[in-house]
Amino acid sequence: MRFVDEYRDADKAQALATQIAALCEPGRQYKFMEVCGGHTHTIYKHGIEDYLPESVSLVHGPGCPVCVIPMGRVDDAIAIANEPGVIMTAFGDMMRVPGGNGSFLDAKAAGADIRMVYSPLDALKIARTNPDRRVVFMAIGFETTSPSTAMTVLRAAAEGIDNFSVFCNHVTILPAIKAILDSPDLRLDGFLGPGHVSTVIGCRPYEFIARDYGKPLVCAGFEPLDLLQSVYLLLQQLAEGRCEVENQYTRVVPWDGNLRALEAIGQVMELRPYFEWRGLGFISHSALRMREEYAAYDAERLFDVPGVRVADPKACQCGEVLKGVLKPWECKVFGTACTPETPIGTCMVSSEGACAAYYNFGRFTRQRLVEATRV
Amino acid sequence: MTTERTAGWAERAMAEAEATAERESGRLSPEQQVLQRIERARRRSPKIRESRITLAHGAGGKATHSLIEGLFVEAFRNPTLEELDDGAVFSVGSSRLAFTTDSYVVSPLFFPGGDIGDLAVNGTVNDLAVSGARPLYLSAGFILEEGFPIADLRRIATSMAAAAQRAGVQVVTGDTKVVQRGKADGCYINTAGVGVLERPVSLGTAHIRPGDAVIVSGPIGDHGVTIMLARGELDIAADLASDTAALHGLVDTLLDAAPGVRLLRDATRGGVATILNEVAQAAQLAVIVDESSVPMRPAVTGACELLGIDPLYVACEGRLVTVVDGAQAEAALAALRGHPLGDGAALIGRITADPPGMVLLRTAFGGTRVVDMLVGDPLPRIC
Repeated sequence: MRFVDEYRDADKAQALATQIAALCEPGRQYKFMEVCGGHTHTIYKHGIEDYLPESVSLVHGPGCPVCVIPMGRVDDAIAIANEPGVIMTAFGDMMRVPGGNGSFLDAKAAGADIRMVYSPLDALKIARTNPDRRVVFMAIGFETTSPSTAMTVLRAAAEGIDNFSVFCNHVTILPAIKAILDSPDLRLDGFLGPGHVSTVIGCRPYEFIARDYGKPLVCAGFEPLDLLQSVYLLLQQLAEGRCEVENQYTRVVPWDGNLRALEAIGQVMELRPYFEWRGLGFISHSALRMREEYAAYDAERLFDVPGVRVADPKACQCGEVLKGVLKPWECKVFGTACTPETPIGTCMVSSEGACAAYYNFGRFTRQRLVEATRV
Repeated sequence: MTTERTAGWAERAMAEAEATAERESGRLSPEQQVLQRIERARRRSPKIRESRITLAHGAGGKATHSLIEGLFVEAFRNPTLEELDDGAVFSVGSSRLAFTTDSYVVSPLFFPGGDIGDLAVNGTVNDLAVSGARPLYLSAGFILEEGFPIADLRRIATSMAAAAQRAGVQVVTGDTKVVQRGKADGCYINTAGVGVLERPVSLGTAHIRPGDAVIVSGPIGDHGVTIMLARGELDIAADLASDTAALHGLVDTLLDAAPGVRLLRDATRGGVATILNEVAQAAQLAVIVDESSVPMRPAVTGACELLGIDPLYVACEGRLVTVVDGAQAEAALAALRGHPLGDGAALIGRITADPPGMVLLRTAFGGTRVVDMLVGDPLPRIC
């Protein structure tokens, strides 16, 4: 496939791997966090870690948008879906995320009309063709998806569609990174910046990470060679004693972001004073809500949302696992209350989360798996 | 205003876990204790946690397995059923017979490359064929929704008849039920089939050995992606048709050329990855797959790439997955490629001893990843 295969070339990967190994200082351990769930997926899907030396490890960050939705918000959404005449619409990977009382799939089985869509525009289409129903879009995601939600609301307003609304759970990436950076026991040497989010916000907003926290960040693309090259760039900065924000994903990410997309978000949404993140707790100014002017499209205002907070069990230590302070198995609930079938924290919800991966495959060392495929 | 409560299930699970932890021995390192606990949980017979059926129970992954093993096998327990193969094999007098049943609820009913009718014939014929049997007779049960067009039903019956003729089987008994409008999605079909085992083959995961070869008879994912696109929800068009076909002729050709065939499966729901996981777990061996050898049409690769779906889990309706004695791999491949339904056959992997129960993929990029059993339907990712 053109524009894909070029970025998956095993020979180029081998060459990069050699350069990466050459940059590593003997005896030094390197920990880099990939912030974005899409990166975690690429790393897992292509087996990128096989190309990294033992001394370089990748820490999977909090950037999986479905995994950070707290249980209470899932319950709220299900309560809306159970209102008479409602069609709830959601992205596919939202369907399995458990709330305090089951997931969308469970609610659908119990009778709620919950439909999977690929874009908020599909949800608007459903609203157009079902004028007698109230169609709600379960909006989730970072700055990658919030512009499309905002544009959809603007279009609904322009077309005068009045049976469409948004249950807004959009989150913003910077406060989450900041929460991790503020941790006293942080053990990270740098960040692989979220490429898709950066197509919207650009690279400039990350500058405080290098300036104030002394951690380099390379804004990375999503193909395997993108990630390897980004690791190389991080190591190069460390080797040369630099600490900067660099853009590896220049073919997509403009330094200043996408101003029109940012404008659309700003027109329709505003920052919430605080929002709860699954496993990380409350983070101030970390999420978006609908502006007063668009109240007619705000499911939170239109419906009587219970707003019940489902507390993460106290022992859930996702935050520590995310920061690389704890190994998954050191978490108090790992493998007991928190399993892939009954996930509590964000690291277990996604099959690629650190805890889910360790639960499924932790009994095999990476080396054993690699050797098994080389026979 | 926000009030707070806790999730009941999480609290209960934690209390149970604490009780277990207390009983655990103190000799192992903390990490080993955790791993041991997981291992015990893994070995425990599957439990159905849900209080209602969800779509995941029908997707062929972990949820389907827990439903079958935790409910149906419990209820109907007998040695023939407990094999949990695509069809049951048993003796009547001096004959060995294979018997199977399958229901078809595909939407849309008509799609490029076929319709629910030929699917219902081919699917059941294939379940017999992969049991090593020559398919003989089928039954056909129709559940029809009030208002369903007779013209559509005639079209379906005609294509069933044509598929049966191609497969050399006869539909010898049937049943019709009509339900009220809204109680079904147009037309559902159940078929059951009987076949006879004429070769002295013994197929099953118990025969699989390290060094065996894993072969697939053609490009994967055609049917699943065709159906996804035919639903019209995606606004993607591709020149792609379902691969629905009766495979018993191909199976015959294969068994003639390679008597060392250990196992045959048709890769339907859950795709090739699900079958390989079943193989690895039942045989307690490893399946090592080479991603760049897995045959796939560019349209399937492209659609899956766009949708964020792994093609290894996408359904086929006319693809054989077979495990063959490694020494006969070339003979098996040559035989498959000589048949019109197997001209795209490829050796995709090997069986090894370690790590037991796992399917590992050597990625085209040169890395390694675990190919796990799916929990439910493969759901598209947003990022």
